[in-house]
Amino acid sequence: MEKFEKLTGLVVPLDRPNVDTDAVIPKQFLKSIKRTGFGPYLFDEWRYLDHGEPGMDCTDRPRNPDFVLNQQRYEGARILLARDNFGCGSSREHAPWALLDYGFRVIIAPSFADIFYNNCFKNGILPIVLPAEIVDRLFKEVSATPGYELAVDLPAQTVTTPAGEVMHFGVDPFRKHCLVNGLDDIGLTLQHVNEIKAYEQRRKQEAPWLF
Amino acid sequence: MAGKTLYDKLWDSHVVRCDDHGTCLLYIDRHLVHEVTSPQAFEGLRLAGRKPWRIAANLAVPDHNVPTTSRGRGIEDPVSRLQVQTLDSNCAEFGITEFKMDDPRQGIVHVIGPEQGATLPGMTVVCGDSHTSTHGAFGALAFGIGTSEVEHVLATQCLIQKKSKNMLMSVDGRPSPGITAKDIVLAIIGEIGTAGGTGYAIEFGGQAIAELSIEGRMTVCNMTIEAGARAGMIAVDDKTIAYLEKRPLAPQGALWGQAAAVWRELRSDPDAQFDRVARLDAAAIKPQVSWGTSPEMVVAVDGTVPDPDEEQDDVKREAMRAALSYMDLPPRTPVTDIRLDKVFIGSCTNSRIEDLRAAARIVEGRRVADNIKQALVVPGSGLIKRQAEGEGLDRVFIEAGFEWREPGCSMCLAMNADRLQPGERCASTSNRNFEGRQGQGGRTHLVSPAMAAAAAIAGRFVDIRELI
Repeated sequence: MEKFEKLTGLVVPLDRPNVDTDAVIPKQFLKSIKRTGFGPYLFDEWRYLDHGEPGMDCTDRPRNPDFVLNQQRYEGARILLARDNFGCGSSREHAPWALLDYGFRVIIAPSFADIFYNNCFKNGILPIVLPAEIVDRLFKEVSATPGYELAVDLPAQTVTTPAGEVMHFGVDPFRKHCLVNGLDDIGLTLQHVNEIKAYEQRRKQEAPWLF
Repeated sequence: MAGKTLYDKLWDSHVVRCDDHGTCLLYIDRHLVHEVTSPQAFEGLRLAGRKPWRIAANLAVPDHNVPTTSRGRGIEDPVSRLQVQTLDSNCAEFGITEFKMDDPRQGIVHVIGPEQGATLPGMTVVCGDSHTSTHGAFGALAFGIGTSEVEHVLATQCLIQKKSKNMLMSVDGRPSPGITAKDIVLAIIGEIGTAGGTGYAIEFGGQAIAELSIEGRMTVCNMTIEAGARAGMIAVDDKTIAYLEKRPLAPQGALWGQAAAVWRELRSDPDAQFDRVARLDAAAIKPQVSWGTSPEMVVAVDGTVPDPDEEQDDVKREAMRAALSYMDLPPRTPVTDIRLDKVFIGSCTNSRIEDLRAAARIVEGRRVADNIKQALVVPGSGLIKRQAEGEGLDRVFIEAGFEWREPGCSMCLAMNADRLQPGERCASTSNRNFEGRQGQGGRTHLVSPAMAAAAAIAGRFVDIRELI
């Protein structure tokens, strides 16, 4: 996993609550057996006017001019600004894979769905929870200011606006450690092999029907 | 010291270790695997030269991509076919038990787990699928995970987790006749919202839950994720134990008695403390129909589609407008005026034998309305299909004009060929009414099996209470 420390990037506002992972990456693209290549199909049903299928070349597909990702001013955005309960629904990790592949490294929202939030950290994406009123203000600032960028500093746990306003965010210490250092969870867990084996021995006595 | 909740007990008995910040290694007893969220995990194992930690803890089945028409010709879509073949070859390579597409036990992963006794009380059960919450109906801690976590479980038999908060959702009293587990859970989601359970493990309790059958409890726990909580659960009682007895993977002989005695303790202590308690009066629940594009957008069948102009919150009002526009419904439309194009009875929410019986009772001796282009019944597993055929339910459905299909996820998420065309409107017993969920441009109304069956006959929604 690519480590994450600091990022200053263009912000794109996706102004609707309860964006589900079916919308982030529709089901037909889940047939892939790879982790990469989902970026062109991110938000496929909102982004294009035709029906997308896996493997399709998206260069010449008709784009929905009303969808925010298609607006030129947001081209190259690295930070997605979203509303409540972003990433709800299906557990598909294809959703963070698609966001990452498109170029997003940070998502800011008032709240996230649990499974999606967790999946982001496993893929080098930083989901940041900020209070709803602040997110609301950021939405207004982003739409009013072409080229609006935010500076995100994970070690310091801050988001800084172009005006220099610094906002702090919370993040679980273990997740932060893994993301800042780009650590592989499995490798970390396997440092505790003996404890896992001891648990299994104990559990076999208590509940032999489980083994 | 206060007593423990059911969730506390399940959590505590599976903690391998915790760090100072409460990040723990949680041991996983059962890992269910399907074709969509596992290929990248197996590939990860291979690249790292790792093997599954405990092969017997895994059980695999293809369900999302499988055709529900005759299986003789295999899977026509080459991309779907490759994904199912990849599951087959991964299971063969790593020695994992798989019920392949032509196995009579094949079915939806959340249906076959309990059916086989692969899901047992007191277990931790995970799967790369958000509806893993279904298995909580057995007093298990069950939740959906992403593909990185699938690989993590395969490699270590553990997951890195932080404990959730405890929430009790009590459904008090007794519901009216005709009100099903599906109506109860849709009413719960309508009440607490799709993010109402975020950060919590929800225990469902109260008289209405205790009186549900095990299959009804699975329907309730299945949709916990639609209320934002990863895990939903229900205390063990005599019904739980009776359901599991003599299932192929359940303990047998002396071990059965030993296990059952332990399982009976799997309920919250009377003095257990919950971080949040929500209550719903069962008697007030009416048959539910979703009108929008989020499972919290539900209304009673005798109600009307809401008017966004009456919503004070700007974000919610815009979301309602967007939903009504997508659903092509004017505000204040009476639900019983909504005419349908297709009907889908199936999914991990509602494809078990009791669901099929409830639908068949409505359908028997009647005909699907002329405006219904397609009415599908997709049993949850091969064994359910066989049981239903033994009871003659297939004849009832077919004579009424339904199609009787092979088991799988089917039109719940339309990864196979079963899907809505743009603009089509469907009464569906599945769990998600998201935009495009059942096919791009398709419009989904979530209902119970009996409500879906009645809608197929009338061609529009009808109040099931008038038919029973």
